[in-house]
Amino acid sequence: MSVIVILLLPLVAALLVCIPFGKRWVPGVTVVSSLADLVLIARLARQVVAGHLPGELLDAAWSKWIAVDGLSALILLLIAGVGAIAAIYSVGYMAHGNLTPKKLRLYYANYNLFVFSMLAIPVLAEPTLVWIVVELTTLCSALLVSFENTREALEAAWKYVVLSLMGAGVALFGFLVLFAAIHAGGGGTYTWAGLVAAAPRMPAILMQTAFLLILIGLGTKVGLVPMHTWLPDAHSQAPSPVCALLSGIETTSILYVILRLFPVMQAVPGAHADTWALVLGLISVGTASFVLLQVKDYKRLFAFSTVEHMGIILAAIGLGASAADYGAMQQIVSHSVTKSFCFFAAGAAVLATGTREIAAVRGLIHRSPLAGAALIFGGLAITGAPPLAVFLSEFAILKAGLAQGQYLATGLLATFIVIAFFGIMAHLNYMVFGAPASAAPEQRYYSGPETTETFRLPFSCRLALFLAAVPVLVLGVYVPQPLHDLLTLAAAAVTR
Amino acid sequence: MNDATKQLLENLNALAAGLFLLTAFGIVAMRQARGCLNLFIVQSLLLAASAALLGLRYDSGHLYGVALVNLISKPIIVPWLLRKTSPAEVYTRREIDQVLNIPTALLIALALAIGAYFVGIPLANAVGPEFRGPNVPIGIAVLLLGAFTLTVRREALSLLIGLLVMENGAFLAGISIARDLGMLVELAIATDGLVIVFIMGVLVRAVQKQIGTTAVGALASLKETAAPETDEALR
Repeated sequence: MSVIVILLLPLVAALLVCIPFGKRWVPGVTVVSSLADLVLIARLARQVVAGHLPGELLDAAWSKWIAVDGLSALILLLIAGVGAIAAIYSVGYMAHGNLTPKKLRLYYANYNLFVFSMLAIPVLAEPTLVWIVVELTTLCSALLVSFENTREALEAAWKYVVLSLMGAGVALFGFLVLFAAIHAGGGGTYTWAGLVAAAPRMPAILMQTAFLLILIGLGTKVGLVPMHTWLPDAHSQAPSPVCALLSGIETTSILYVILRLFPVMQAVPGAHADTWALVLGLISVGTASFVLLQVKDYKRLFAFSTVEHMGIILAAIGLGASAADYGAMQQIVSHSVTKSFCFFAAGAAVLATGTREIAAVRGLIHRSPLAGAALIFGGLAITGAPPLAVFLSEFAILKAGLAQGQYLATGLLATFIVIAFFGIMAHLNYMVFGAPASAAPEQRYYSGPETTETFRLPFSCRLALFLAAVPVLVLGVYVPQPLHDLLTLAAAAVTR
Repeated sequence: MNDATKQLLENLNALAAGLFLLTAFGIVAMRQARGCLNLFIVQSLLLAASAALLGLRYDSGHLYGVALVNLISKPIIVPWLLRKTSPAEVYTRREIDQVLNIPTALLIALALAIGAYFVGIPLANAVGPEFRGPNVPIGIAVLLLGAFTLTVRREALSLLIGLLVMENGAFLAGISIARDLGMLVELAIATDGLVIVFIMGVLVRAVQKQIGTTAVGALASLKETAAPETDEALR
């Protein structure tokens, strides 16, 4: 029953937080349920690695609807991990805003529903149901993006909903064509596994159409250039813990749906799914790395970095070697843990300075040593400085690209990564270590009267920053054996 | 069922699909939000009619289900939800400054529909010989017209209807090529449509309260080049 419980826990939490039981109840329920979910998912992932699936996954009646393999388990683990840390971070971060209890309950109810909708993506096996939960992720997070209710937040939420749902409409048609393809190919169950089995018999034209429709439709929600325009807005205007969820794992879990199509497409002669992935991935990385140079808002900086990383993952899949697939899986993990850390750090900077503008923040290290150090650490980690997690995974991808003989693609990828490194670090360096330009801008961000005092972050934020930093550091030095096995399983799931 | 009846049902389905396409053109050309909503309701009824006719033709209980779900959710629940959530102002506003004038918009829409025909026919043929009906090309055309509506409109309700029109288009093609998708999936998709309407209605209300307009096309302060607005306010 554990798979069902995993999905039920956040739903139950969403209901429980609606009961007004005092100030600590609402965040408490969310933290406890998300930690419990993390434990359950870690157990499930171990079972998947060991090959002992829980009963309902072996049952034929259930397998039409739910299935968990290495790739699903990996995504589940990331969602639960980032979800739990973001829940801890939310406690202090949201307490800072002087929200009414009702508004706070609304936040946590939406938070839990959002986590539920994301957890359902890798668990469900029937593609149209997956499409529906992808829609749900948009709808549950829309009110979180607009949560601060400012003009900018509303604009961001509106763009987010309209463009994501527009993409979803295109993807829906793609999934219906996929269903038609499986029937035209002589039938089979309409699940991810059934599609892979039936792929050689399906008509190529339907497969290609479906693939492109889904790539474009869901690519909108992943933030692939040129469908990315909403992403920096939504991922910068939401409250910081929500940004960590949106950027860290929502994009990845939607990308997971696209990745599910690759083993299917490899059975179709002349489909060129890999080439599409490589080209679209490189365009995303390239565009994002250049736009990074002129960003004016530091949360947008990290949002564009998400566009860049999604491009790197897709390009790695497009390289078409099993070593590159492993690198892509590693990159999925390192991006999720690092990007969520970055947004926690950016949130700490927002709390300390009260602004999101890069030009208004100078000498953050004096105002809040922890926020400043975290921001620099996050910037180094996300741009792939050694010896941190992203470095290891990007290195694996580039190495696989060279071994594959894809010199042009690998060279471009490396160039863009270096440009992004300088783009992000130049901005952050000024923010953290730069001397205040004059007395006037100083007053703009020190909200309280005690301007010279250092700002102390709430305890839960410090705890979450610490917890989030652990995997960034550890995964940069070595990959533990169970995780290595899981990554190998996941990489095997994207090839035939 | 004899051949003449089958032929009649197919012709009636073609009529419904043709009118369905016409309503999509109407939505592109209509300036008033309430008119768009009414056309959308007619369109959903036509979708239900097409599903029922195809259900009769191919003797598929599943398609009756689709017809019923569409009949209840879109013409009844969607307008009710909209009245509950979004401010009354959205219905009465006329869009004066459209991105394109109506004749140009209609010409582009026509080009999209013709393009959809050339894409849709080979697609329908690939599925099988019995899918030669008009549903696939018209479905694709309406999907594109919905997307086109989204790009040229600025009024919140017109945008929402553009989204729903896209989904209607995908469905019209879907009921002919993916006939037995499963009732659970159909119900889930219908519920999802209602959630879309609810969430967007709530957002529109918040936008109207905060900014004082429902012309969401005017919201364009977030970009790389201009400094954020909060900056102006603090100076």
